[in-house]
Amino acid sequence: MPLVSIENVDMRYGGPTGTLAVSGLDLKIDRGEFVAVVGPSGCGKSTLMKLTTGLHIPQSGTVIVAGQEVTKPVSIVGMAFQNPTMLPWRTTLENILLPLEIVERHRHRLRSHKAEYVAKAVRLLETVGLKGFGDKFPWQLSGGMQQRANLCRALIHEPELLMLDEPFGALDAFTREELWCVIRDLHASQDVTIVLVTHDLRESVFLADKVVVMSARPGRVISEHVVPFARPRDLDILYQPAFNDMVQRLHGEIATARAAA
Amino acid sequence: MTNIETVTAVSTLPPPRDSFKIDWIRLAPLLYTVGLFVLWEIGVRLSGLPHTILPAPSRIFEAIIQYWSPIWKNSLQTLYTTVLGFLIAVAAGLGIGLFIGWSKTIYAGLYPIMIGFNAIPKVALVPILVIWFGIGTVPAVLTAFLISFFPIVVNVATGLATIEPETEDVLRALGARKLDIMLKVGIPRSMPYFFGSLKVAITLAFVGSVVSETVASNNGLGNMMASAQSNFNVPLVFAGLLMLAIEGIAMYALMAWLEKRMTGWAHRSTMSN
Repeated sequence: MPLVSIENVDMRYGGPTGTLAVSGLDLKIDRGEFVAVVGPSGCGKSTLMKLTTGLHIPQSGTVIVAGQEVTKPVSIVGMAFQNPTMLPWRTTLENILLPLEIVERHRHRLRSHKAEYVAKAVRLLETVGLKGFGDKFPWQLSGGMQQRANLCRALIHEPELLMLDEPFGALDAFTREELWCVIRDLHASQDVTIVLVTHDLRESVFLADKVVVMSARPGRVISEHVVPFARPRDLDILYQPAFNDMVQRLHGEIATARAAA
Repeated sequence: MTNIETVTAVSTLPPPRDSFKIDWIRLAPLLYTVGLFVLWEIGVRLSGLPHTILPAPSRIFEAIIQYWSPIWKNSLQTLYTTVLGFLIAVAAGLGIGLFIGWSKTIYAGLYPIMIGFNAIPKVALVPILVIWFGIGTVPAVLTAFLISFFPIVVNVATGLATIEPETEDVLRALGARKLDIMLKVGIPRSMPYFFGSLKVAITLAFVGSVVSETVASNNGLGNMMASAQSNFNVPLVFAGLLMLAIEGIAMYALMAWLEKRMTGWAHRSTMSN
């Protein structure tokens, strides 16, 4: 059974006459899968994120996550956005521990098991290459480092599903490629399902098992492409003809979808 | 004018070495203040204005020494009413600000009422307060409170209302309740706005207490200046103004220090990132 199953969902903002953001949306995501969602801007990618996490409830159709229909926010997800939104009055470590103060399963244990949780946060920081930066405040970190910390915060409560909304959009090319590798390794080492919403087609092909292409508004899934490259993938793959062919094919599809709008 | 002689005496000394540098920025507030008084003194002396119109600073300092006992007593009284009114304003402002910022409906409903209330000149309220509480300390404290709580409310509510939607989404997706979001994000986030508003509020509190003392009290600097004015004792009126300025600067500095102390992080980062 898929972890996430979206069936024939319509979502309209601002009342019955408002904009239709997605229409007839169908998508299935298997446990452990890495799915990238691409499409022309305004195609409802962010709506897809909010539907999956239960921040929005659709007007029609069903969203099922982990065997349950979504009617309120599902706490098995972690989210990271392009804007890292670290709280400036907390140190990086305290920022990362924030979800544990919220999630029902952890909040009552946090005080008594503080050391255990801190150790876990420190390990996560090390995984993303931020060893020793836990005591720094977010504003003392560069944009790329803040985004790494943001990933740690999204992962600290061991979510089954990680939702990333253009997390690397504001970073320079080199930092972005470094973080691709961080995400790739996280996905390989942990038992987590990842949905990545992105504008960057190379990013989607490099990271994902499956690339989902959405149409212009109202958004729906036009096609799904299984990425054939074997894992573990190296950054060298970016320069191989087969990789570039796939990127180009996706590019063509999105250009057509834009023109149709 | 002994200080002018000292200045010339210093300048005849050999030029200072590189190791000893004068920090002009630190000295500037003092120098400019002294400069203002010197210009004032010269201006009054050259123009020959009578001290019943504009007394020279030397005449004002004379009055301060001459009337030190009542000046001191009334200064303390004004400081007391101002600070008491201000403290009530802080408590009420924080409470109402959090209440208003809590929900969009409350915000929408109460905001126009607050604006209307704030538009009323507080001096017009003093007679009503006198009817209710008699003249003296109570109306002064209440006027200080009424005039100074508005900026606190607005700032706290603004801090709460401008939480980044992404932060809210991240927390709500984890199952956070409204109270969680307020405690973890909203309240800490509104603290720089709150401490910033204290500087405005304390200055306004002085306006409130002095207005009330002038109209309806038997003590305080407002009352002292009003009775000095009716006796044409203009130097004493200016002495009262000077004391108010000193108290105002001292309290403002205290609030600025508190702001820096409590929310130093806000001065090192941009809130919106």
